[in-house]
Amino acid sequence: MSENPPMEAARYPDGSILYPSHPVGPDGNEPIETVDLSEYTAEVITWTSSTATPPGVRQPNHIAIVEFDVEGEPVRAIGQLTTGDVEIGQQVEPVYVEELREPGAGIREPASQTWDGYRFEPV
Amino acid sequence: MERVAIIGASMTQFGQREAWIRELLAEAGQACLDDAGVEGSDIEQLYVSNMASGEFEGQTGIPNAVAHDLNALPAYTARIDQTSSSGGAGVYGAWQSVASGVSDLTLLIGGEKMTHRSTAEATDVIASLTHPAEYKHGLTLPSFAGLTARRYLHVHDAPRESLGKVAVKNHKNGVDNPHAQFQKEVDLETVMESPIIADPLRLYDFCPITDGSAALMFCPESVASEYTDDYVTISGIGGATDTHVVHERMDPTVMGGVVESGELAYEMAGIGPDDIDVAELHDMFTILEFLQSEGLGFFEKGEGWKAIEEGITDRDGELPINTSGGLKSKGHPLGASGVAQVYEIYQQLMGTAGPRQVEAETGLACNVGGFGNCVITTIMEAAQ
Repeated sequence: MSENPPMEAARYPDGSILYPSHPVGPDGNEPIETVDLSEYTAEVITWTSSTATPPGVRQPNHIAIVEFDVEGEPVRAIGQLTTGDVEIGQQVEPVYVEELREPGAGIREPASQTWDGYRFEPV
Repeated sequence: MERVAIIGASMTQFGQREAWIRELLAEAGQACLDDAGVEGSDIEQLYVSNMASGEFEGQTGIPNAVAHDLNALPAYTARIDQTSSSGGAGVYGAWQSVASGVSDLTLLIGGEKMTHRSTAEATDVIASLTHPAEYKHGLTLPSFAGLTARRYLHVHDAPRESLGKVAVKNHKNGVDNPHAQFQKEVDLETVMESPIIADPLRLYDFCPITDGSAALMFCPESVASEYTDDYVTISGIGGATDTHVVHERMDPTVMGGVVESGELAYEMAGIGPDDIDVAELHDMFTILEFLQSEGLGFFEKGEGWKAIEEGITDRDGELPINTSGGLKSKGHPLGASGVAQVYEIYQQLMGTAGPRQVEAETGLACNVGGFGNCVITTIMEAAQ
């Protein structure tokens, strides 16, 4: 078992899995369990390298939308990449990072949310 | 339900202005009162479209401030915030106030003061609309555009140059708009060699940061002739939302809010995409012009890029898009943009667009908030 916090998605009664979780799912019901996406690999759907980044964000900021396959259920996620050397269709795995951007450097109240999470690294 | 007329319109110079938010709103508001030939004290309801005057300037409570500045007391007033589609949402609110029979004269003013902030600060204020799971990764609206553009070009085998041609077209249109922030043409080579902002998108694929304001006057069509012989009517309007978390949309190249709001507006107007003569689309990023022109049914999915290649959306094309210069050239003062889109369609339908004039009896404006999170589509017709 990893000692890192889970990359927590939520499974809903209709079988759908959403990341991040929402109070209710597409069927209007509350989630029935959590799924740790850090145990899976994902496919890059699209990516970009952003050079005009806001305060407290690395520059350039490589970002991807990826799709996990959790026992046949597609689950989309977004997050930073560890590299800008990536292609659509490539497999990536989540890598834990304690601080994705500098809390308090931007407009968002630091205490209002978490700042750790997972970057995606090509497998 | 009352049929709603627009009997006056105004917009300020867009660009870098010395005026602050109250002054910008009052400038457009007073010009609209003058255009409609009414007094501030005649106004029954006053809506102010604005995303973030508190965050940008530290000035809140602007609806009441502007009501006082325009001598519109004791009119009911409220601020409408729907991020980049605040202007369109204001049109919806003003339309509702009249269509419902609650108000016989409603003034809408949209505005934003942004240029005193650095690009990084302004980008962060706008990005504050994102979900915490997005914000902590440094997601910005331009980065969403880069992600979407790469997917669109990949899936539809579209050339990168097609996006650049949107910028070229809209800058060319902006030359003839005296209110536009940029009134100069750019060539494709300049666009394609400009700095990368969100790969594969470059500087000229993005709208600028802008100060400005625009205003519209609404009344029931049944009394419009008491004010003016020439006016336009809102024949259809629709508002819709899509996921807050952008990556949850299974097809990143489809904006569900555009599709849904367009269908609602078409149904209310009793017409379809083929009946639209001119359109203002929310080209905050060049890729959005393709997504909206497809979502609104002007072109098949994945075919929007071909329209720009074939000149269909040029000012002298079959369906002129963004004759004002669009957000790309005209500028994008957040709360003002949706109002200014309707201002341009109003001018086109009134026949007062000057060198930008096209032949049009029916026009459409599509205002997008967030990255398609909230969308308002408005259809207007020249008064018969």
